[in-house]
Amino acid sequence: MATDTGLSANIVRDPVTEQAELSINMGPQHPATHGVFRMVLTLDGERVVDVYPHIGYLHRGSERLAEGENFQQITTLFDRLDYVANFNNEWVYVRAVEKAMGVEVPERADYIRLILSELNRIASHLLFYGTYGLDTGAMNPVMIGFRDRERIQQIFEGVTGARMMHNYFRIGGVKEDLPDGFVPAVRALLDQLKVGYEEARGTLTESEIFIERTAGIGAIPPEDLLDYGVTGPLLRAGGIDYDIRKADPYSVYEELDFRVPTGQTGDCYDRYMVRMLEIEQSISIVAQALDRLPDGPVMGRVPRILRPPEGDVYVHGENPRGDLGVYLVSSGGTVQPYRLKIRGPSFCNLMALPAMIRGSYLADATVILGSMDIVLGEVDR
Amino acid sequence: MTSGDRPEDSAPSSPIEERVREIAADNAQSVEYSFDELELRVSRESIVDVCAALKSDPDLDFNYLRCLSVVDWQDELEAVYHLASLSHPHKLVVKTRAPIDDPWIPTTIGVWKGADWHEREGHDLFGLEFRGHPDLSPLILYEGFEGFPGRKSYEIPEQVTFYGD
Repeated sequence: MATDTGLSANIVRDPVTEQAELSINMGPQHPATHGVFRMVLTLDGERVVDVYPHIGYLHRGSERLAEGENFQQITTLFDRLDYVANFNNEWVYVRAVEKAMGVEVPERADYIRLILSELNRIASHLLFYGTYGLDTGAMNPVMIGFRDRERIQQIFEGVTGARMMHNYFRIGGVKEDLPDGFVPAVRALLDQLKVGYEEARGTLTESEIFIERTAGIGAIPPEDLLDYGVTGPLLRAGGIDYDIRKADPYSVYEELDFRVPTGQTGDCYDRYMVRMLEIEQSISIVAQALDRLPDGPVMGRVPRILRPPEGDVYVHGENPRGDLGVYLVSSGGTVQPYRLKIRGPSFCNLMALPAMIRGSYLADATVILGSMDIVLGEVDR
Repeated sequence: MTSGDRPEDSAPSSPIEERVREIAADNAQSVEYSFDELELRVSRESIVDVCAALKSDPDLDFNYLRCLSVVDWQDELEAVYHLASLSHPHKLVVKTRAPIDDPWIPTTIGVWKGADWHEREGHDLFGLEFRGHPDLSPLILYEGFEGFPGRKSYEIPEQVTFYGD
């Protein structure tokens, strides 16, 4: 029977079967939750019976704040959503305003955006690779992942002056042209990334311990993934090849040759593999875009004061974590949006967490959560 | 191009317009285009039936709820459902409104499980009750938060004291 340990309040005993369930709290300050995320786990022995996620610890009211900012200023808020994939966030937002305004983007600016966003996707997946190694008990990946991510960030620093929070994309183009020596520097970087990719193969991809730890856990049926609104690598690991770059193409993706990696079972190992294969694809996309990078202006003809016509637009793009959507309502004639709703991929992916963890072992819960690669800045907004 | 111009001068069209009209039938308040997207307005009483029909129809198969937003129009609250299909290249926007002094809309969690947190967020920030939702406890605001910070009538205080008492 439960004794007076102070924990007794958390134990619920079934009066008939005498079976006891224990609820424990995990987070919001916990290294395995990757941010300020809390979940309450109900346990039956080592098995997780139920999970109740708590979010909102990082809520800054970004959507409401945006209603008080000029259209040009809002890019800074988007930098701070998914703070490991800044370019991808900025891109979706500027495309939303461009669609509402009917602004044409110069081809060179489009290519610059694509190159930087794909590099950012690689950086984001490398961060996942490193931290997921830590989640599963491997120390080496985080060294390799951060080493290569650092190289990418040095490129970013050379272009924008900042390692994160770049605020480089503008409505109608980008802030300024690329610095001298950008193209050879990125080509050298891609060669280094390929070497790092091979190293990764030895550390996790082919590691028997890692496979044992991740294969066969966290999978839910593909129909359920879709029903929950799960997108990105998590959905593709379940075998559904939905990638917005292919399904609803934007920018110049249609001109480039790449494929969408998918998994079969949707377990944690497939999710890892899909991300690793996406790194490979992104390296190829960047290489192709560098070959095609045209000359010309980097900023289109944009009025100094932006006043989109009355109406609403919804624009989405493929982020490293999935489908990032921006719903922009303009009341017409104002320099601020009437309403800006952000559909964060991590926010929607996280809805499926209880279904993924339920029934697994407690020790697997952190492995499953880690495989979702959430960023709380964008969950809480 | 000046800021007042609409980007598309040619009339947009969608291959699914006829089918959407058929399914919505008498429930449709209007079917029109906003930029390139087809937009359907229905009453709040019929939103669940319309959504369920849009999802189950094999020609439309709107199996993916892309986004659910709430917009405060001062006298009314509007719920906006952005739908997509993975088997067809279709998109659709469904809108429904509720008066601000009687703010409820039936929940669509029975149609798409993914409506869950979007609805809780709308309830938190806009005070829009998604009637029939099993758990509308605060999601992104803390327990005991006063007011609806998404609404236009909410004034952002200079400084907020957390857990004040």
